[in-house]
Amino acid sequence: MNSVLNIRNVNKKFGKVNVLNDININLNKGEFLVLVGPSGCGKSTLLNCIAGLEKIDSGDIHIDEKNMINIEPKDRDIAMVFQSYALYPTMTVEKNITFGMKVRGLDKETQKNKLQEVVKQLQIENLLNRKPSQLSGGQRQRVAMGRALVRDPKLFLFDEPLSNLDAKLRVEMRTEIKKLHYDLNASMVYVTHDQIEAMTLATKIVVMKDGVIQQIGSPFQIYNTPANIFVADFMGSPSMNLIKATTTKNKGQYLIEINKNKKKPAILKYNCKENLPKEIIIGIRPENIIEKNSSKDKNFQAIKSDVKVIEPAGSDTFIVTDLGGSEVTARFHSESEVTLGSEIDFHFNLSKASIFDPKTGNRLN
Amino acid sequence: MINNSSSSYTNVMLRILLYIILFLFAFYYLLPLFVMITTSLKSLEEIKTGSLVSLPRELTFDAWSVAWSKACTGIKCEGLKPYFWNSIFIAIPAVMISTFIGALNGYVIAQWRFKWSNIIFALLLFGCFIPFQVILLPMARVLGILNLAGSIPGLILVHVVYGIGFTTLFFRNFYVSIPVELIKAAKIDGANFFRIFWSIFLPLSLPIIVVTVIWQFTQIWNDFLFGVSFSEAGTQPITVALNNIVNSTTGVKEYNVDMASAIIAALPTLLVYIIAGKYFIRGLTAGSVKG
Ligand SMILES: Nc1ncnc2c1ncn2[C@@H]1O[C@H](COP(=O)(O)OP(=O)(O)OP(=O)(O)O)[C@@H](O)[C@H]1O
Ligand SMILES: [Mg+2]
Repeated sequence: MNSVLNIRNVNKKFGKVNVLNDININLNKGEFLVLVGPSGCGKSTLLNCIAGLEKIDSGDIHIDEKNMINIEPKDRDIAMVFQSYALYPTMTVEKNITFGMKVRGLDKETQKNKLQEVVKQLQIENLLNRKPSQLSGGQRQRVAMGRALVRDPKLFLFDEPLSNLDAKLRVEMRTEIKKLHYDLNASMVYVTHDQIEAMTLATKIVVMKDGVIQQIGSPFQIYNTPANIFVADFMGSPSMNLIKATTTKNKGQYLIEINKNKKKPAILKYNCKENLPKEIIIGIRPENIIEKNSSKDKNFQAIKSDVKVIEPAGSDTFIVTDLGGSEVTARFHSESEVTLGSEIDFHFNLSKASIFDPKTGNRLN
Repeated sequence: MINNSSSSYTNVMLRILLYIILFLFAFYYLLPLFVMITTSLKSLEEIKTGSLVSLPRELTFDAWSVAWSKACTGIKCEGLKPYFWNSIFIAIPAVMISTFIGALNGYVIAQWRFKWSNIIFALLLFGCFIPFQVILLPMARVLGILNLAGSIPGLILVHVVYGIGFTTLFFRNFYVSIPVELIKAAKIDGANFFRIFWSIFLPLSLPIIVVTVIWQFTQIWNDFLFGVSFSEAGTQPITVALNNIVNSTTGVKEYNVDMASAIIAALPTLLVYIIAGKYFIRGLTAGSVKG
């Protein structure tokens, strides 16, 4: 496996603010890396640093195993698509796409061939003579992609390219980008703060917060074994339930006690090799709390609790109840016939749960 | 519903009132121009006998030709013609140079923020507010050192230097509204500082170029103080010559020639405004470029 992008111990400050804090990322050829995190966490800054549009204070960035220190953006063999598309307003679509090739002095013949190839791929042949102001959002987006594609770079950088599109178009373009990635076998770094986009596109996700990487992993790892409470809460929709609980050790097994509103606490059994502290937070996704344990899976344990809210969502129905002093969402079948206010059994699959330390927020199991 | 007809009646009345007021204002402002034009087309005889606002009994363009090529400015009697050309030779290069430098300055300050860019911009702005009179003496000294005293290039230099503050301000404010991502995209595309300026920023600057050109041309063409201070016999601009014609004390006062001269002196700025005025209004209001 050869590394396309290698970021080592990168730091970056704006004034006194540490915008990037000891960033380490490696990306192999053909990987699709998605950077997610809340607004202002430094995603765009990191992307700009990779592109060479911002200087880093310390650390190293290697692209295709060459050190990029003091290398101009144009010589980094990258292409970038911006959130605002950044199309040149006075140039036609054709000129927008070929501008880079023209500046680099490619001959007319090559320019034309590449242009044809790319506009065909993106299906924008009939837009070539229009100005950006005469295009719809989705069309602009395609042109911006076209400008990146003609470069045929080692690495594609995308800064929230879909965030200005409406929901339907966004889903369409998402599929298209995924297809593009597959067809070109390209390496991509993609910034978004939409966690669904991250889950569907990525082969590797980097979750950031306040300029610090929280976790790097496959979408599966990020979703199922979040490294800390922040990641657990940030990824997934509806987000992971975080339930306060206390533990006691009993014959090589943990008993987990969850407080219920004005009633006797619920007790669940839990097997685990690690040593758990007294106080813990259980992270469990709504789909791991279900109505009936049809398969008689012995991982499921029931807790009786009151139905507080019923939210039908088409294929599923989300049921909200109170446990451990906070709201807990469960995912029931849409045919479920539970009624508001009734006390029912919630079946917990603790083998899929994450256990967090309330003090540090880190994962314990 | 009920008041439909009466309310439309009020509307019509209000509209008529509005037009009357507008008409009165237009009349008020155009009257002097009317007097100037009619007077310039009368003979001296008629001016002395007739009324100020009457139309000329017989049209004569004598005053115009005198103003253009015969009127006396001090000891010489060559009319406005040589001075008109002086003004052209001063204004056109000065407008072009100051506009270009302003565009470049604005581009750098708005889009290539560097460490002291805000301070430099503040200083340039400060330059806009320095009264003409303050720079007269230092400028005379500088022109002397540069060996440009009393010359047309000297006057061009003065106007360029004095205009840069304004032109920079115009372009900077225009470029500030253009997203920085444009430059980033162009950098990745491989374009350098001047290429980006030339291929991307200048082409979208037409409205602000028009504003700046009109502003600078009007300022420079109408300037009197610099013209009178930094010129000598052969290099005076038209405003100075106009002053000399109107204020010459020898002989009878030829009002028709004075009026014709004044109109000739004002024509170029009027023309620039008529040709480019449409863009001027647009440029003043259009702050941003839609992607
Ligand atoms: N040129 C700059 N000068 C000073 N501070 C900056 C600059 N650019 C960004 N910042 C700050 O750096 C932090 C990270 O910004 P960045 O644009 O990388 O966030 P982001 O993760 O891309 O957010 P978003 O999702 O909103 O795009 C923010 O706190 C921002 O205010
Ligand atoms: Mg951003």
